[in-house]
This record gives sequence, structure tokens and C-alpha cells, in this order.
Amino acid sequence: MLLRHTTEKEIDRKALTINPAKTCQPVGAMYAALGLHGCLPHSHGSQGCCSYHRSALTRHFKEPVMAATSSFSEGSSVFGGSSNLVTAIETIFTVYEPDIIAVHTTCLSETIGDDLTQIVSKAKEEGKVPDGKLVIHCNTPSYVGTHITGYSNQVSAFVKFFSTTTPKKRNVVNLVAGWMEPSDMREIKRIAKIMEARTILFPDMSGVLDSPLTGKFEMYPPGGTTVQELIATGDSKFTIGLGAYSTEDACVKLENKCKIKFEVMEIPIGLKATDRFITSLSRHANVPVPDELTKERGRLVDLIADNSKYFYGKRVALYGDPDTLIPLVEFLLTLDMRPVYIVTGTPGKHFDESMKELLSKKIPEAKYKSGERADMFQLHQWIKQEPVDLLIGNTYGKYIARDENIPFVRYGFPIADRPGHNYFPHVGYVGSTNLAIQLLEKLLDYQDRNCEEEKVEFQM
Amino acid sequence: MIKFLQGREEQIVTKGGDARELVGGRPSLAGSVSQRACVFCGSRVVLYPIADAVHLVHGPIGCASYTWDIRGSLSSGPELHRSSFSTDLREKHVVFGGEKKLYQSLNELIDKYQPQAAFVYSTCIVGVIGDDVESVCRRMTKEKQIPVIPVMAEGFQGSKKDGYKIACDALFSLIGTDHSKEISPYSINILGDFNLAGELWMLTGYYRKLGIQIVASLTGDGRVKDIRNAHRAALNVVQCSGSMMHLAKRMKETYGIPFMKVSYFGIEDLSDALYEVAGFFKDAHIMEQTQTLVKEELQHLIPALEPYRKALQGKKAAIYVGGAFKAISLVKALRLIGVKTVIAGTQTGNTEDYKLLKAICDDGCILVDDSNPVELSEFVKQTGADLFIGGVKERPIAYKLGIGFCDHNHERKLALAGYEGMLNFAKEVYETVSSPVWQFVNRPNQ
Repeated sequence: MLLRHTTEKEIDRKALTINPAKTCQPVGAMYAALGLHGCLPHSHGSQGCCSYHRSALTRHFKEPVMAATSSFSEGSSVFGGSSNLVTAIETIFTVYEPDIIAVHTTCLSETIGDDLTQIVSKAKEEGKVPDGKLVIHCNTPSYVGTHITGYSNQVSAFVKFFSTTTPKKRNVVNLVAGWMEPSDMREIKRIAKIMEARTILFPDMSGVLDSPLTGKFEMYPPGGTTVQELIATGDSKFTIGLGAYSTEDACVKLENKCKIKFEVMEIPIGLKATDRFITSLSRHANVPVPDELTKERGRLVDLIADNSKYFYGKRVALYGDPDTLIPLVEFLLTLDMRPVYIVTGTPGKHFDESMKELLSKKIPEAKYKSGERADMFQLHQWIKQEPVDLLIGNTYGKYIARDENIPFVRYGFPIADRPGHNYFPHVGYVGSTNLAIQLLEKLLDYQDRNCEEEKVEFQM
Repeated sequence: MIKFLQGREEQIVTKGGDARELVGGRPSLAGSVSQRACVFCGSRVVLYPIADAVHLVHGPIGCASYTWDIRGSLSSGPELHRSSFSTDLREKHVVFGGEKKLYQSLNELIDKYQPQAAFVYSTCIVGVIGDDVESVCRRMTKEKQIPVIPVMAEGFQGSKKDGYKIACDALFSLIGTDHSKEISPYSINILGDFNLAGELWMLTGYYRKLGIQIVASLTGDGRVKDIRNAHRAALNVVQCSGSMMHLAKRMKETYGIPFMKVSYFGIEDLSDALYEVAGFFKDAHIMEQTQTLVKEELQHLIPALEPYRKALQGKKAAIYVGGAFKAISLVKALRLIGVKTVIAGTQTGNTEDYKLLKAICDDGCILVDDSNPVELSEFVKQTGADLFIGGVKERPIAYKLGIGFCDHNHERKLALAGYEGMLNFAKEVYETVSSPVWQFVNRPNQ
């Protein structure tokens, strides 16, 4: 029992966080910046931050993750990190030759009050930024919000620095990707392609964090949204933001800057969320829904019907990020399952309201919590009080799954101990089919392994 | 040839090609894609394996998240070290101070878990906002009657290596505070083994056979009570000298305990280590036991290694690891299985370490301090290495280059120490170098 100290009785906590369901802003900014082609993310802070974020992303994607650091010292913490950043910009353009540097801050550089706008213009004045090269930046104080906030801040910075409106409007829909896997981004592009919708997806980590083995190490893999595409987002007709927490801010900024109307919706996980996404894309790109997609939808419905008796009534506990949890809970309800415990470390009303709307009638016993101390210790205590049939979340759930002997589906960030998330999408009808099959496999494997011997049967 | 970071010329030396010595221990240049970490990281990894203490990270959530269950330091009992505890500082605490939250968190934590001790890690901004962590710890020590130890490890103070030193000081404050353990005259402390993949248990097995008692392990499978009694051992045996030499020196000054530096990795170094420890006690029986043990192990091991040596003969390895001592042992161990080291680099080696490392490498070997992915991949191409030995961030780079990889850091799952470990190492190197997957990759240099 790895978590033998966790008891059924809830302890009263006002300060302590145990086993968080979140991490800090900069890692989100680093992840989003990798979705810009030819970009080197830069962490303005101590060396450890950059090292931890790179390690966390490397463990999850099993891919090289490149980022530079200002390598703060005692001196920088007293006198400010300005000279570190100016030197860093020079070093990076000389040695690593990216097209763009995306600087994000850390708790340290925020607390000592470094002004990135001023430092970056100083570097430009001093001639440290070669012609045609770019430096963008965003603020990501670790003590505000979570990794999702950092992701959102980086994506908003793309709009702030690049989106430009010209008199020439184009019949294009911007798709702002919330925190999802590169495989999900690839799937969204596939859907847009078969719909023949003209879109610009940003950020886009496909082709960056799922690159093939070629025998060559590429510092800047071929994927990622290009600067030209980002500039052109200012001339698009409409913007769809996928995931309120990670994209709404960028959508609002794009509307303010370039007068582009937008709609923020859930990441298309599950049947209903995919329906809404495809309807919206069809309407705003002015294209019909092709037969191919209707058939994919039909196959998903078929799978659900075939297996409804295995899904029915199963109690599920989930944790992770609000933008994925909301559509995931909705999908579980579509499957006739019972999402009973849900926690996210990311604070915000939207999550609480969505949970209330989705669950208050159908699952009156459901418990959910967001923000401070909405951690996995809390979730585990609930599970101890009344068990669940399935656990869904990142790798950190494995201790609970083992201690309580619960089938466990890995979903979210980070997943350090299984491959797959970077290959098989969980969005769209095909992705939702993948996901439903994953849930089924875990449930049925568990039954086969744990039921009485005489009940092991060919046909379940 | 690639462009090196300006001013890095002194940190890259080719043996036999360059007359100059490599200068280690320099701070990283701002803007480098360094593989190095921070002070907090250094102290956290050293203290992490103490399994009956709680480890509370005082700061915003990240530092606790990224060090949650990070290294496979196995425990034979309690698992307290496997959970993540944080004060999760928010903006209001940055403005108004986090001491109150720290006090409250410690209160909740100690009441809930009843640990033997608590370590409180102070992260970057705690130093800047001016929380008096030390005074909160003193107050807690008094109120809860257990040692509550501040680890003042603000990340910006330096590199990982500086964090090791701070961890050593934290351990030192615990040592000498208990006298209740029964101790034999033939006793040692093991310093610098972190029980990755159960390596400590192999070592304790050897020492038990020799009739030597282990008072405390610092810190693999560590226990607070053992550490409090550590000042009463006859000898400190220090592995991974980068992290624990500071503690060994302080214990010598204060308690007069002599120390010796050893490595348990590779046949030569391991046998030397056992003989040196046995020799220290000047006891005929212990020496006899040691000879028997080494003889028996080698009789079994040498023939077992032979097929791997044959298969690997002439292969070339690149090493980029945390400390220089580990690199030295790796060069020797690789040589034993027919593999030549062509790149040897570390994150934290100093100038002296690099002299030793250079001395045991073959001509043409590139020595490098504080490297980055661009350099490393270029060196691999230049030298035609078949194998990379490194940590988490190097693994995917090696694979992208189409060569084998062994983790010699936190993600290692196979014990590589001891005689058994040497055989594991040979198997692991063979498995990755000879994997059929590499035939599907066109390596540009082949």
C-alpha cells in the first residue's frame, strides 16, 4: 500500500496540498511555444525550472524537448535578470539559430519584477536580434493559476505579437487548440481536411513532438504553426477556441485586435462535443458535413450500442485539466456511466458550473472540486469512502489504482509510463471511439481477471 | 565543425589532441540549452530517499510537482517519500508572505503522518519574499518534538552541486542527536548510495557477509533514527563523491570519523572498494571473508560476461552523466566489456575530476563539461558512437540519432552496482546496441 496513510476520514486541511492535480504555469508556456515552427522556448529564471519542464515534457512525449534558460544566479535575483536575458538572446541566435525565441517568466523573475518588454527592446537596440528573427514573450508567474494558465498565456502571446489584419479578408476559420496531444491536433486537421474547410490551427505540436526516427537530431522539427500562418489569423473569418481555460483569452484578444468573431467550445472529446465542433466548423467555414464523417459518427454510435451493458452504471473517478474533464464527463454520461468524483487543481468557475449543469440531475451523488487543495489526496479519500469502478487520469493515479485495485485508464498530462497518447487521438468520432474502446478494455480485462473462475466465459 | 558557445572552448577537450586541461565547475552561460538543474533539485534528490520523514516543498506548486516520485529510490518499509507535499504558494502569499501557510501546512502534515522528521525545502521566491523558514522550523521542532529541518535551497543560488552541499548540511544537523542504536566496532556508514533499483540491498548483502555493520545509509532506504546515530560508526564509505564528500568531511572534523571514496560500479572498482573497507579494520577474518567473496563472485561473473564482451568488441560509447566519478567508473566498466568510450561528459565535474577522467580515457576521446543537445549530437556524429549513456533528456536524442541508450540516472530500473550489476550492465548495453530496430535507421555517418 503505497498510500497507506490515506484514510477514509477526511482530514481538515486549510494549507497543505498533497499530491497535486496540477503543476505550474511555465511548463504550459513551454509546451505551447513548441507548437510554433522554428521556435525555441526560453525560460527566464533559474536553471532548474527549464530542466524540470524539459524533463516533464520529455517523459510524456518521449521526444527531445528543446528550451533555453536565463540561468539565474544569486546576482540576478538581487540586481534583476535583464543582463542574463540580453546575453541569452545573443547566445541563442548565435548558437542554436531558431527563427523565434518565445520567452516566458518564472516565479522568480516575476517576483523580482523583471520587465520583459523593456529587456527585449533593449536587446533589439543593442543589435542582439538578427534581421528577420523574432523574440516574443509572455508572463507566466507560477503562483497564479496552473500549467493551463501558462499555456493560455503563451497562446495569447501568439495573437498579441503576430495576428495582423489587412483589408483582404479570407474565408478561413482559425482553430485555437487547447491543451491536447499532438495526435489530437493531427486528428483535428484531418477532420478539417475531409470537410474541405480552410483552417489555421494554432498552436500545432504535431510534427514537433511526435516526429519520426530518421537517424538525425533536428533541433526544429518540420511541424508547428508558421509565423506567416499566425500573421494571417488576423484576416480569417471566424475563430473557434477549443477549451475555455486554454483558449478563450486568445480568442478575446483576437477579436479585440482584428475584429474576428469567435466561439469557445469544449475540446471535441465524445459524441456530443464532436457534434458541436463539426456543426460550428461546417457553419463558419461554409462547407457541408461529408459522408465520411457521418459514417465515423455512425460507427461510434454502433460501438456504444454494442457495449452499452458494460458501460451502464459504472462509477468513475477522474482528475486532470478542466478543458478535458468537462467534455470527458459529458462523454461518460453519453456512455451511461456515472462520473462521481472529479478534481482539478486548476481554479475557475466554468468548471464548477459545467459540472453542476452536467451532473446535478443525472448524478446527484457526484462530488467535484477545483482549485487549491483539489488534489489527489482529496480524490483518494472520496474513493475510500465509496469505491469506484474506474479511474481516469495521468500517471500519478497509478498508486491509487493499485492500492484500491481499480481499473485505470491513463489520460492527461503527464503520462510517463505508457505510450499511445501520442499515437491515438481522443478527439473527434474516431478519437472518441478509441477512448471508448480503452475504457471497455480496462473494465472487461478487470472482470476477466477478478471474477470467480467458473464465470470466466468466452462470451461476456 | 559546429559553433561552440563563446567561451566554452575551455570546457571541451580532446584527449591526445588538445594540450590544455578541461576547466570544470563553471556556471552555465545564459541562453544555453543546458542539461543542468538547480540548487533545489540537488538537495531534493539527495534527501528524497529518507522514507520515514516528510518532505515539504515551500513554494509555488511546480517544484513539488516535478519532484514527486522522481527517482526509483526503493524503501524496505515506509513510503512517505513517495508522496508530494507542498504549501502551494499563491499570489497573496507572495505579497503578504508565506510563513503562516508554512506553519499551518507543517501542523497539518505532521499531525496527519506522524513522521520521524520533516524536511522543509525553501524554493526560489521564498528567499526573495523573505519568509523566515528557519524560525518556523525551530518553532515546529519545539511544538511537535521531532526534528523539523530547513533546507535553504533557493534554486538560483547555483547549480545542482550546491544543492548537494545544502542537503549534506541538513543531514549533518540530524547526525549526533541519538545514541540508542547498538553499534559494533566493525561498522560503517554508506554515503552516496540512493538505492536505485535496490542497489543498496546488494551492498548490504556484501557487507553482511564480511561481518561489517551498516549504521546508516545516507540516504538510500534511509531512516531518521539511523542517521541520528551515524556519528558512532567507525568509517564513512563515500560513493558518488560529488554529492556526499561535504558531509564526510564535516563528520571527520566534528566526530573524527575517517572516510574513503569508493565506487561500487564495475568489477575493479567494486573489488577495490571491498578490499579497502576490509583493510581499514585490520582484521584477518574480515579480510579472509572478503577474499572468498570476491573470488566466488568473479568465478561466476567473468565467464558470464564473456559472450557480451565478444559481441560488443569494438563498439563505441558516449557518456554524459551527472558526476565525474560515475563517468570514470563507466569508462572502466565499458572497457571490460570491449566498448571504447569516445565521448565523456558531465554536468557537475570540476577541474580535478576531469584530470582523473582524462587519464583513464583513450586518445581521441572528447571530454566535455555542461554540454547541450546540439554539441552532443554533433559529437556522436563525429565519433560514430553506437551507444549513449545519460539521463532522461538525452534518451530521445540518442534514439533520434539511431543509436542505443542506457539510463544511468534517475530512470534506471536495473541495479548496476555490485557484481550482479556488472552483468546487468553488460546485458543492458548488449540489448540496446544490438537491437534489431537500428537496422531500419539510416545513420548518416554510416
